[in-house]
Amino acid sequence: MDNILSIVTFVPALAAAILAVFLRGDDEAAQRNAKWVALFATSVTFLVSLGIYAQFDPSNTGFQFVEEGEWLMGLKYKMGVDGISVLFVLLTTFIMPLTILASWNVTTRVKEYMIAFLLLETLMLGVFMALDLVLFYLFFEAGLIPMFLIIGIWGGKDRIYASFKFFLYTFLGSVLMLVAMVAMYADAGTTDIETLLTHQFASGTLNVLGVQVIGGMQTLMFLAFFASFAVKMPMWPVHTWLPDAHVQAPTAGSVVLAAILLKMGGYGFLRFSLPMFPVGADVMTPLVLWMSAIAVVYTSLVALVQEDMKKLIAYSSVAHMGFVTMGIFAANQQGVDGAIFQMLSHGFISAALFLCVGVIYDRMHTRDIDAYGGLVVRMPAYALVFMLFTMANVGLPGTSGFVGEFLTLMGTFQKNTWVTAVAATGVIFSAGYALWLYRRVVFGDLIKESLKTITDMSARERVVFAPLIVMTLLLGVYPSLITDIIGPSTAALVSNFDTALAAAEAATQIASH
Amino acid sequence: MISTDLTIILPEIVLAVYAMLALVVAVYTKKDGLAGALIWTTAALMVVLAGWIATGAGGTNLAFGGMFVDDGFSRFAKVAILLSAACVLVMSQDFMARRDFLRFEYPLLVALSAVGMMMMVSAGDLMSLYMGLELQSLALYVVAAMRRDSVRSTEAGLKYFVLGALSSGLLLYGASLVYGFSGTTLFSGIIQTTQHGEVSLGLLFGLIFLISGLAFKVSAVPFHMWTPDVYEGSPTPVTAFFATAPKVAAMGLFARVLHDAFGGAVADWQQVIVLLSVMSMFLGAVAAIGQHDIKRLMAYSSIAHMGYALIGLAAGTEAGVKAMLMYMAIYVTMNVGTFAFILMMERDGQPVTNIDALRQYAKREPGKALAVLILMFSLAGVPPMLGFFAKLGVWQAGVQAGLIWLVVASAVASAIGAFYYLRIVFYMYFGEDTDSQLDSNNSPVLWGALMASAALMLIGVFYQFGVEGAAAAAAATLVN
Repeated sequence: MDNILSIVTFVPALAAAILAVFLRGDDEAAQRNAKWVALFATSVTFLVSLGIYAQFDPSNTGFQFVEEGEWLMGLKYKMGVDGISVLFVLLTTFIMPLTILASWNVTTRVKEYMIAFLLLETLMLGVFMALDLVLFYLFFEAGLIPMFLIIGIWGGKDRIYASFKFFLYTFLGSVLMLVAMVAMYADAGTTDIETLLTHQFASGTLNVLGVQVIGGMQTLMFLAFFASFAVKMPMWPVHTWLPDAHVQAPTAGSVVLAAILLKMGGYGFLRFSLPMFPVGADVMTPLVLWMSAIAVVYTSLVALVQEDMKKLIAYSSVAHMGFVTMGIFAANQQGVDGAIFQMLSHGFISAALFLCVGVIYDRMHTRDIDAYGGLVVRMPAYALVFMLFTMANVGLPGTSGFVGEFLTLMGTFQKNTWVTAVAATGVIFSAGYALWLYRRVVFGDLIKESLKTITDMSARERVVFAPLIVMTLLLGVYPSLITDIIGPSTAALVSNFDTALAAAEAATQIASH
Repeated sequence: MISTDLTIILPEIVLAVYAMLALVVAVYTKKDGLAGALIWTTAALMVVLAGWIATGAGGTNLAFGGMFVDDGFSRFAKVAILLSAACVLVMSQDFMARRDFLRFEYPLLVALSAVGMMMMVSAGDLMSLYMGLELQSLALYVVAAMRRDSVRSTEAGLKYFVLGALSSGLLLYGASLVYGFSGTTLFSGIIQTTQHGEVSLGLLFGLIFLISGLAFKVSAVPFHMWTPDVYEGSPTPVTAFFATAPKVAAMGLFARVLHDAFGGAVADWQQVIVLLSVMSMFLGAVAAIGQHDIKRLMAYSSIAHMGYALIGLAAGTEAGVKAMLMYMAIYVTMNVGTFAFILMMERDGQPVTNIDALRQYAKREPGKALAVLILMFSLAGVPPMLGFFAKLGVWQAGVQAGLIWLVVASAVASAIGAFYYLRIVFYMYFGEDTDSQLDSNNSPVLWGALMASAALMLIGVFYQFGVEGAAAAAAATLVN
């Protein structure tokens, strides 16, 4: 199959179109059909995407399965995956059937709900596969539309505020990135990402409005991309949209947001910021590292005092993403490997945690931590699952959470000891808030009257959690499953980065003599 | 000699003669009942003429000693003008007929103003420029005041007329200065005086006055004051017309004056256009936030959009003109669809323009709501809709011309502006339910226009029906 990437990308969109055109009415049968079509389409997508995994050659650090075609305005339709992106594709296709399954209880506008999620899957997959700047931007931005609607239509009480904040925050960051992309096109004469990866952007010091910008054009472009990816990531201090969006989004929306959408920021750093603007990245590294360290500590502390479960997990996501940015900007093999590992593992763990909240929210319709307590009495299976993911979130050895945190900290240690020391305290805080949450919700006596009749997880819910449990434990004890695939590509990325920096260094020395 | 001149200008003559003959016939029969038929024949004639112009002979032909230019650029603009005018005409019929002010003058005035617009984009001389502009404007003043029994409509007409006269005066004054300091009214003559050496101070003053007059016509800030009031006060079909064809014509004329007459002095007018553009984008984005009247909102939206289109002009390059033409073509398509929707907004048979009325529209009319959703995101410039590619085009031209700060400013403005488009989506999809619902008006013409325009926003991403190539060719003939 030469166009397996396009097939994987557009199968969900096709299913969405079929739903939109052929499914009529909003009775129970129609709702059931919508759910089954969505589940079927996402499952097929996952199965086909396994083909990518099977045929993927990790030793080849270039792009594979490349498809190319003409598009409008001199742009190209170009798709491909390499070691960095292929696992994100799989993560997306893996998570989507679970989110559909987790939304089985949705009763309002089911058809539109499924269409929104299917379109979202297409757009997210496109982000990880696009090899043309504008195509990437198109997928990256268009994903905002279904997410805006998901939060706005199916969200909680303050959904309108949250959806607007989500959209406008990310939109502002992204248009600045678009300007940088246009400037890249003007400079390099192409929007082809593969070519741009080898293009040297000017890094001579520029004078912008009286300010000397070290790294010149590269630093400016880095900042423009940073505006977009840092918001998407999200990094402190532009993370404030995330808790709002998470709290208001429906469970499945939170899962997608945490598991996949946040990873686009990290992926963007790895695909664009580091390889294309090495000098700019190098100039900004200290700032980014410290921002990450602050994010880890600050958001962990904020998470401690949350009274809303989803908000707590949202802040913990920001903290975990802090480790990711740290690892990426350590710019060495362990750091980058760890960052990717952390993103993938966080994809499973945070998805599971939001699903855990969803399970009890579906029963009690509240996310207040105070409304719970002693759930272990009535829900032993749930308590077990929740404990596993709490531990994984803390980073207990044996779970995937540990590997990511350890690798990123190891990578960062080689770059900046102080940052690592500060960030490492975040590991302790994370144990604090996660275990405390677990204690308050699950342990203790079951004294609340309303909880006396709560039922344990249904078969459907167990099915949803099973794959996530398997992946979390499997990656925890056998991390090579990931590092073998990403290793060669990240090694190439790091060595290219070092070479480019050395070349730029040499160039400035020649210029100064 | 004369016969070749007349052949070149034949489409304009056909339309003008048709309008006048139809006027005579309608006056003598005194039948407003003819109005419906006249709307359709006028629209059909416009479509035929557009087809004729689009498929006709290529090349650049000058008529009347260079006063009238028929080239790729003018042909592109004329096709856009005629098609959008035809669309708006057929969209108006149902609305006007049911409110009992469908008069036979309406299609004919629109046709005459279309003749004026065609003259504008073909102008090769300050005099033919002014002639075209006035023919267009006079017809527009009258249609703005079409509802003689409505205070707001007459107020809109009067406001438009007074301010329009002022801007015409500015423009005329500028033209006289230009003539005085260059010794000719022909663009081809003016450009020779600007190409050699410095532009004289008098010529510069003339240029600035010309730009002010033209900025009024495209409703660029700070000459935008009339737009919201006129848009709000005029009957909705007329507003739809204002928002489409005249904007293309004015932009076309703007480009023609700047490139054909002052192409040698790009540095002199570039900064002026940059300023107009930045102010339009920001004012359009910020002022629309507080609007609840969808027509006023669209007025500010059009101001902002003119700001983006002006980036293409500010670039002063061929790529810039091409991007501007693409922008206008896409903008007109989006606006036709949006106004088709606004024309459908009514409650108990009365037109409604408050966006509050759209609450939970998506529940009752999922198809139409989806189309409006697509149009709103397209207007906001969110991919994958075509509106995004329009913005991308002008930004590319801007960056290539070194106007990076203008592009950054426009990026910020577009993020601010996204808010009010989102708000319409918000009302349709997430708003609280209300008892007073909009009627489900199912005029097939309006429905078709809305759906077609929304569909084009998506189809255009894959296939542009040759518009892009035509715009490139048009830009190439204008900028040598």
